Amino acid sequence: MLIKRPDPIKSSEITPESIYRNRRLFLKGLAGTAALALSEGAAAIPAYNLDKDAPQYPGPDWLQQQLRAGVRNEALSTAENPAPYVNVITHNNFYEFGTGKQDPSRKAQNFKTDPWRVEIAGEVEKPGSYNLEDLLRPHTLEERVYRLRCVEAWSMVIPWMGFPLGDLLKRFGPTSRAKYVAFTTLLDPEQMPGQGGFFSTLDWPYIEGLRMDEAMHPLTLLTVGLYGNALPPQNGAPFRLVVPWKYGFKSIKSIVRIELTETMPDTTWNLTAPNEYGFYANVNPKVDHPRWSQATERRLPSSLFSPRIIDTQPFNGYGDQVASLYSGIDLRKWF
Amino acid sequence: MVLTLTRDRLKSLAFWWLIFLLPLLPLAWLVDRALALDLGADPAQAIVQFTGIWTLRLLFITLAVTPLRRLFRWSWLQRYRRMMGLYTLFYAVLHLLAFATFIVGWRTDLLLRELSERPYIVVGSLALLLLIPLGVTSTRNWQRRLGPRWAKLHRLVYPIALLAMLHFIWQIRSSFQEQLIYGLILAWLLGYRLWKRLHKRKTARRQVA
Repeated sequence: MLIKRPDPIKSSEITPESIYRNRRLFLKGLAGTAALALSEGAAAIPAYNLDKDAPQYPGPDWLQQQLRAGVRNEALSTAENPAPYVNVITHNNFYEFGTGKQDPSRKAQNFKTDPWRVEIAGEVEKPGSYNLEDLLRPHTLEERVYRLRCVEAWSMVIPWMGFPLGDLLKRFGPTSRAKYVAFTTLLDPEQMPGQGGFFSTLDWPYIEGLRMDEAMHPLTLLTVGLYGNALPPQNGAPFRLVVPWKYGFKSIKSIVRIELTETMPDTTWNLTAPNEYGFYANVNPKVDHPRWSQATERRLPSSLFSPRIIDTQPFNGYGDQVASLYSGIDLRKWF
Repeated sequence: MVLTLTRDRLKSLAFWWLIFLLPLLPLAWLVDRALALDLGADPAQAIVQFTGIWTLRLLFITLAVTPLRRLFRWSWLQRYRRMMGLYTLFYAVLHLLAFATFIVGWRTDLLLRELSERPYIVVGSLALLLLIPLGVTSTRNWQRRLGPRWAKLHRLVYPIALLAMLHFIWQIRSSFQEQLIYGLILAWLLGYRLWKRLHKRKTARRQVA
């Protein structure tokens, strides 16, 4: 008779399931991005049952068509439940419209986002100023459900729609001197009351940046949609960046300029408080913000009597895909 | 005669209740909003911030009693100083309980880490800790028992106010408008006392000479 003893080492201890699953997802994701229309990674966008009382943002006609033609990139999407739509559109850090979390949803409703022009500048073969519509036309929009981790230690799961920044950059022919990408938000104090404030330590316009390899990474998403619709103004309409493995402030909103540069650009929060906000700003539970710990985060929406406190993952859980970008770099020094 | 006295007493009793109920209005509003699920995606943070700012406001109201009484000769205000002080403690305790319950979910490891590592939380906790003996000794009985030491002990309210203000300032991310306004009010509340003190000393010296 065969007596079965339990294995001294559980198989899950040898390779945690999350890692091998992630690796497979990553490979699938790469394939999916390359040939999304044919690949198994693509799926239809789910029909969201958006709260009827919440404001809807269908967007201009040309964008609606493109959103409808979009597909879901299952492989690069997390299976976690997205935050309710109403929470995603009323809990925003968009200081151009005020520093309160609900200020942007109150003050950005008349923000004019169409027509919208974007300048492509710097170390590219084809610089110029383009209508957003023309910039977007050649790209298939993908839905990606990403985790967003704010530097303030809260996080949300959000279904974005966009396309890889790398695909756009390739079209304009980066030169060999292009080492970084700098992004600029619209400067318009008349529309953006926060930019006219006397009591802010931030310099406007808001500027963010990425290293070239970060910009070319398939996870880095130029975003025009949310929950299958156009981006609401408070979420950075009409055109924003989403870099899921970095703190939220890297994901710059309402972009009017993309410049490829040879040197590391000066970025807004880094200029304001260099000891608190680094250029890289990779999500890292081991490097605390000087005023608070980054080891855990509160997943929103929070329920009052059982707050969803979860351990923060290195690179916000996207380490398998992006950690190799930083091999040999001291992440404590380059936080 | 008896009738008018009773009417006056009734009036003053009604007034006392009015003042007593006023500081409970913010709390009632908060509970109402929380039950209506109308505090946004992060009600935990909203509740903690709300109880925090009302602690500071009630502390300032408490500190305003003496200057207002002197400037406008509103001697009746004095009656409500202890009440406002105790409300300050009440909201401060709510603030801490809300933080411990809604933000860290009573996870002791997190609570200890937050209380020891986040500088503004250390400062805030210290302010609350110092406020407790003032609340405990606020009764007539303690006042009598401590004699002149009572006034000395209750001067702790000044460092407490400074710590609470520091707790607030230390959380600035970019806009410092609110903190500036509160800071100016506190500067006036403390400055008034300092100026009175210096002035008194000067006149005292003149009298001696």
